[in-house]
Amino acid sequence: MAIIENPLELESGTVVEVAERPLGALTRPSGNTGWASWLFTVDHKRIGIMYGAFAMFFFLIGGLEALAIRLQLAVPNGKILSPEVYNQVFTMHGVTMIFLVIMPLAAAFANYLLPLQIGARDVAFPRMNALSLWVFVAGGFFLCSSLFIGGWFKNVPNGGWFNYAPNSGTLFSPTQGIDFYAVGLQILGIASLVSAINLIVTTLNMRAEGMTLMRMPVLTWMLLVVQFLLLFALPVITVALFLLMFDRLWGANFFNVEMGADPLLWQHLFWIFGHPEVYILILPSFGIISEVIPVFSRKPIFGYSFMVGSGIAIGFLGWGVWAHHMFVSGLGPISVAAFSVSTMMIAVPTGVKILNWVATMWGGKIRLTTAMLFAVGVVSMFTIGGLSGVTHSVSVADTQQTDTYYIVAHFHYVIFGGALLGIFSGFYFWWPKMFGYKLNEKWGKWNFWLQIVGFNLTFGPMHILGLQGMSRRIDSYDPGYGFETWNLVSSIGSFVIFFGVLIFIINIFVSKKQAEHLPPVGPDPWDARSLEWMTASPTPEHNFDEDIVVDSLDHFWHQKYGYDDDGNVVRIAYAEDVAQDGSNDNVHLPSPSYWPLVLSAGLPFIGYGVIYNYWLCAIGGFLVLGAIFGWIFEPPDDPDGGHGHHDDHGDDGDGHSADSSDADDSAEKTDDDLVSVGADTAEAGDAATTETTATAGEADNG
Amino acid sequence: MSNETTAVETGETIGGRKTHDEHGHITEFGYVRIFIILAIITAVEVVWSYYNIEAIFIPVLFLMMIVKFWLVAAEFMHLKYDVKVFAGFFVTGLVLAGGVYLIFLSASQIWQSF
Amino acid sequence: MAEAVLDSAVHAADDDHGHSTGTGISNNKLAMWVFLGSECLLFGGLISTYLLYRHNIQDGPGPSEEFFDIPFTSASSFVLLMSSLTMVLAHYAAERGDNRKLKIWLLTTALLGSVFVAGQIYEFTVFVEEGLGWSTSPFSSAFYALTGFHGVHVTIGIIMLLSTFISAVRGRMHPGNAETVEIVGLYWHFVDIVWVFIFTVIYLAA
Repeated sequence: MAIIENPLELESGTVVEVAERPLGALTRPSGNTGWASWLFTVDHKRIGIMYGAFAMFFFLIGGLEALAIRLQLAVPNGKILSPEVYNQVFTMHGVTMIFLVIMPLAAAFANYLLPLQIGARDVAFPRMNALSLWVFVAGGFFLCSSLFIGGWFKNVPNGGWFNYAPNSGTLFSPTQGIDFYAVGLQILGIASLVSAINLIVTTLNMRAEGMTLMRMPVLTWMLLVVQFLLLFALPVITVALFLLMFDRLWGANFFNVEMGADPLLWQHLFWIFGHPEVYILILPSFGIISEVIPVFSRKPIFGYSFMVGSGIAIGFLGWGVWAHHMFVSGLGPISVAAFSVSTMMIAVPTGVKILNWVATMWGGKIRLTTAMLFAVGVVSMFTIGGLSGVTHSVSVADTQQTDTYYIVAHFHYVIFGGALLGIFSGFYFWWPKMFGYKLNEKWGKWNFWLQIVGFNLTFGPMHILGLQGMSRRIDSYDPGYGFETWNLVSSIGSFVIFFGVLIFIINIFVSKKQAEHLPPVGPDPWDARSLEWMTASPTPEHNFDEDIVVDSLDHFWHQKYGYDDDGNVVRIAYAEDVAQDGSNDNVHLPSPSYWPLVLSAGLPFIGYGVIYNYWLCAIGGFLVLGAIFGWIFEPPDDPDGGHGHHDDHGDDGDGHSADSSDADDSAEKTDDDLVSVGADTAEAGDAATTETTATAGEADNG
Repeated sequence: MSNETTAVETGETIGGRKTHDEHGHITEFGYVRIFIILAIITAVEVVWSYYNIEAIFIPVLFLMMIVKFWLVAAEFMHLKYDVKVFAGFFVTGLVLAGGVYLIFLSASQIWQSF
Repeated sequence: MAEAVLDSAVHAADDDHGHSTGTGISNNKLAMWVFLGSECLLFGGLISTYLLYRHNIQDGPGPSEEFFDIPFTSASSFVLLMSSLTMVLAHYAAERGDNRKLKIWLLTTALLGSVFVAGQIYEFTVFVEEGLGWSTSPFSSAFYALTGFHGVHVTIGIIMLLSTFISAVRGRMHPGNAETVEIVGLYWHFVDIVWVFIFTVIYLAA
């Protein structure tokens, strides 16, 4: 990665009067108000917000499933769910929380913040960005539709989130549930893959001038690592899901034990994906709290390069540990020993991170805002989860722990205590940036304490239950094993969490109401460090009025603070003076598009089609193909005919118009999109400022 | 990862201009020549596959495969001339795939059947 | 020649792809390479599955020199290899604005690709007649899945080639967007080198 250190040349473009041209469906939608503007938007900020909103919707579904599980297990011999329904509910709880909640919430932050943090005006492929959002939404609703298709709880995935073979075959799982799992996850995989490619290219190629890799905020770094993990891990699960689908729908023999197939094939493929997936879930939160903790400790992050390096190390090592999920599958002593050691190794970079967060806080001037509380919650809870994780790496101990509630306790401590709390920290931290008002701190603290207490009540006892021998995934238990007390405590805890989350949702509305009587939050309500705080709140559509030239890590901080003669930190400027006010409405932005939505709408049809009726595939295929062609031939911008770039290939002698040449530029490359941000400087040459570019653009048009 | 010195140095060599220039190193004839080499290797491979020389059969076959693989990737896909980051992505994918799948296959003990 | 190079250099400077990125690397090309890196793990998974099951033939035919028609498959491998040459020649022509050659080579590449796919379909039908059905054994499933996935990739490539060809026919290709051809080419060569691998592992190593 070392070679891509060339400064980013981001020119401001110009907006030219839009002249509507009758191109029919190939006209690009315009306008930025009303519901349609959200549906067709390619703005990374709106896409990020929608990612978050949809993920929170799925969060409620997954949360209700969790409450159902805990109600069932609250007392011995629970009668609330039948064993069949119980299997479906815990499977959907896991799949929902992992694929429809944590991953998209991380994607929400990635979409919203990554371009801002590197000083870009948008992602590299804005339309593909919209595509990943809508494919995720399509896949999410497809998966959740299994809850009621064919009757409530008739065709729901019921093999657990890792869905082991041969239980997943038609012999043992005759309903359509596993088909929904296989197809649904493939659709979601498309969304993540597209997003990963997009964000990798964005991070490498769209950085502001001076924003070298080692000046990127830790969050950006962690998100970049996550995109790489997604990029390389998703094809593995894609293979596994395809093979499963072939087995179930078309009678192939990949997992057919009767034919001598190897059920460990699934386990290997799944966990080669599944373990990097664990880091896909946690690293964004690591990034988030690496932003939050320095701000509220008023200290730079301790050991920035170690922070980045350990994140990368986790990403790499995460590829070499997958078989620790399979210690009891009969791998053989050599494999078990090797994976045991590699698993222990991964605790090292994670430990480095924990140490660095603590060292950042050490001696800092700590402000215990809600965001900070959640961040500290991550550090402490994740440490507990990490330590129980180390006990798994000892294979002899793990043999005892496998498939007990101890495992359930462990991964909830890392995923809830690590990933989700981090995301809540991010909510409180970036809410003013996203929506222009702060979340109420009093409600926020109730939210935090209820959540952290409820969380420990729920999942702490599971350690004990697991060591007592309670199996995970059992739908009920008899009295007399000593499981009663802790299960009841755990169930009570889950409702405390529920009220905590409820308070968060109430807080959103309460704070919005209160904000009407409060002064605006300004660009930088927390006295923060990274570039997203250098523009107005909420972020203007064009992100930055002028291109930022970055000259150090924590560039924004160094604009505000300097050193006096004695070497003490002193304020040299107010945020309002340094930050941009978002008033420049003269920036050329990518135009909205219909096609990402259309393309995404086709995918569930194909999904239902392969399960139920191939004719539906035809409809879906038609939508997808139509969308691809619409996409290719769509003018890259509003058909204003005058933004002045791309019409200068005079020497090819065929005299076609700028728009058609643009359309061809993007033709035939499914992964093509144009970043129109400030692209029209062909003649202006070194146009560095908005003004000159605008002139150049007008000259072109004239 | 890198410091600003490399930033400046590499900045000059990786611009679009330079890469376009460098494609010029190979002419049409050069491409044909590479293709002829590829064709010859393929022919040797096929012939080789009829002579089952126990010990070195598979290694030699894989060696020829790797040479072909390399020639196409380096010359036809311009990896040799293009910015290193492309090769970086590709090699990362190859190495990761090679690593995890070889470990998986070894754990499944398939090699004795080769 | 020098003029042509200068030409493309000028265009590199004023088209979007080369210009608005911080590194000077084209977004599109970078995205394609990133994607190809990802594809390595897709085909790796399928090849591993095949290797795992290659001797698990149940009552059906297995991978052997007698079963595979090595001369036939060698010929179709050669065809695919040749299509890589024509592809790179198409890119060469595109960069120099030689629209006539571009069209010829694009079409040739697509045709050679089609010949390959046709050969694969023919091969499949022969195998099915010889008793190697999709459900015959784990080997058969893995064989068809791997070669089938590759075949689908080739087919997608052909569609991309034909679309580019149509653009060229309509006079819309010029040195400024030669990168389109290059990116299609990257995908095409990748599919070719996957076949280099598959050909060795499945057929020759049998």
